[in-house]
Amino acid sequence: MILQSIKMAWSAIVSNKMRSFLTMLGIIIGVVALVVLVSIVNGATSSVTDTISSMGTNLLTVNINDNKENPLKISDLDQFTADQNISAVAPSAQASVTAASSYASETTTVYGTTAAYADIQGLELSSGRFLRTTDVDNHSRVVVISSDVATDIIGRPNVVGESIKLDGVEYMIIGILKSDTSESSSSSVYEAYIPFTSLTRLSSSVSSEVTTFYVSAADEDSMDAAEDALTDLLMGRYGQDEDAFNIRNQSSIMETMASVTSTMSLLLGGIAAISLLVGGIGIMNIMLVSVTERTKEIGIRKAVGAGHLSIMEQFLIEALMLSLMGCLVGILGSWGIIEIVNIVGDTSYNLSMGVVIIASCFSMAIGIVFGIYPANKAAKKNPIDALRYAS
Amino acid sequence: MIIFDDVSKIYQIGDEEVYALNHASMHIDNGEFVSIVGPSGSGKSTLMNIIGCLDTADEGTYSLDGQPISNYTADELAKIRNRKIGFIFQNFNLIGKMTAFENVELPLIYQRISKSERRERVIEALERVDLLYRKDHKPTELSGGQQQRVAIARAIASKPSLFLADEPTGNLDSKTGKEIMNLFHEMHAQGHTIVLITHDHAVAAQASRSIRILDGQVQEVTS
Repeated sequence: MILQSIKMAWSAIVSNKMRSFLTMLGIIIGVVALVVLVSIVNGATSSVTDTISSMGTNLLTVNINDNKENPLKISDLDQFTADQNISAVAPSAQASVTAASSYASETTTVYGTTAAYADIQGLELSSGRFLRTTDVDNHSRVVVISSDVATDIIGRPNVVGESIKLDGVEYMIIGILKSDTSESSSSSVYEAYIPFTSLTRLSSSVSSEVTTFYVSAADEDSMDAAEDALTDLLMGRYGQDEDAFNIRNQSSIMETMASVTSTMSLLLGGIAAISLLVGGIGIMNIMLVSVTERTKEIGIRKAVGAGHLSIMEQFLIEALMLSLMGCLVGILGSWGIIEIVNIVGDTSYNLSMGVVIIASCFSMAIGIVFGIYPANKAAKKNPIDALRYAS
Repeated sequence: MIIFDDVSKIYQIGDEEVYALNHASMHIDNGEFVSIVGPSGSGKSTLMNIIGCLDTADEGTYSLDGQPISNYTADELAKIRNRKIGFIFQNFNLIGKMTAFENVELPLIYQRISKSERRERVIEALERVDLLYRKDHKPTELSGGQQQRVAIARAIASKPSLFLADEPTGNLDSKTGKEIMNLFHEMHAQGHTIVLITHDHAVAAQASRSIRILDGQVQEVTS
């Protein structure tokens, strides 16, 4: 019986292709909006949170805004590690220099830091080693470069032990960073790490004063304790002036990000859901027209013995089929759009399976909810009047 | 077997009660070919609706095959129509977007008969009316006479206890009308019960017995 109803619904939909398509269009647009928007927001969110978490979730960033005539030196940083909640501290200064070899030259961001930086930021090397404390103490001209610097500026991937010129000063390459494959952007990353003490000599814009440093907490649970300890120490140093410095907590940034993006996907999803709802009203509208048009057919079916349920089932399945076909076309369309966005925008968004399931369930619910009234109207028709209806 | 015992159908028009059927009593046996004749407005349609279980009587009892038809829900009436009544209408009442085969198959679907048996019975019924060769044609591709034969095949396929024809030749020219009447005679000869409602005395006279209805009152015609 269900199979018969599906066959009947199919022939009714096919017999009026243009109208069926226009009816489905509401659902198609709704589903595309829902799936594409939520997929892209989810994709953007995960790429941002990946970036943040790859930097370590137990990371605190400290900026000194006002040194109160008491500049922070590298040697001062050790006092912070005395706290049990703090495992490592590394300063960071950066400058833009021209990195050159006989092969090519490019503008490169150079970070001046210490040995602890690699652990704090979770940097991984593909070959060689990171900076050591002795390098910092000796103002050594050694450099750790990103893989793009190796391939694009030197011309080969494995160049440990060779040299590169940073603003004309020769540095020995001691390590190469792993290229970051998780990053969605394909643009080249030109970065180099040298001892903090070397950078102060290389770049006139960097002084020996530390204005930014990274702190890693012992573990994720001690983040708040570490932040409190750090605040106490800095407050003591800068005369209880809380505006002299600021501390950014990586995990709280991530929490904020997560709540912002989940609000955003809820908002966009909500707007898309409204357009789905409008599509559902379109289905109801057309089903009502269809029921009126087919009054005679309903009368004949009832005369030869169709019961209330049989007629109801026939029209309900038709409404359900319209909404589900719309949903299917919408999902395929969304997939197409996301693929096009990926090709054009050089990104890697995925169809979010969760939202596909939500869209399907929602479409089905809409088909049923907005199909019930017209189906019931059809089933309730009096066969005598329906037979007499002039079509 | 049809028994009408003092059946009335009353319509309320304003404050007035109008008897579309006024204490009608009649008896039609199995295997009879009976015509019910009367001018328009005489209560013919009401009588047909009640016999065909499209409507129920307000007073009195109507029993079909010994089963009193009263106090049934719409769904139960549909079931009775499905199994016991084969309708043949003046305007054929075939579903336009379905083929002859599908139209004949329709009551069998509602009888929940298996697909293979449906096919067998549809082909058998279409053969009976000599239209098997047009089974894949839609009503618009068939002549009036052919459409009525498809409608008769639809009634035959459902194996009803009663064929109820309402002005079956009303929309046909006299030659095709005659063909349709011949088909009724054949069916009668095979032992089917046929009730034919008409305003045409020439058609009515072809039945073995005639019942006249006038102003809601029923009386036997003695010829």
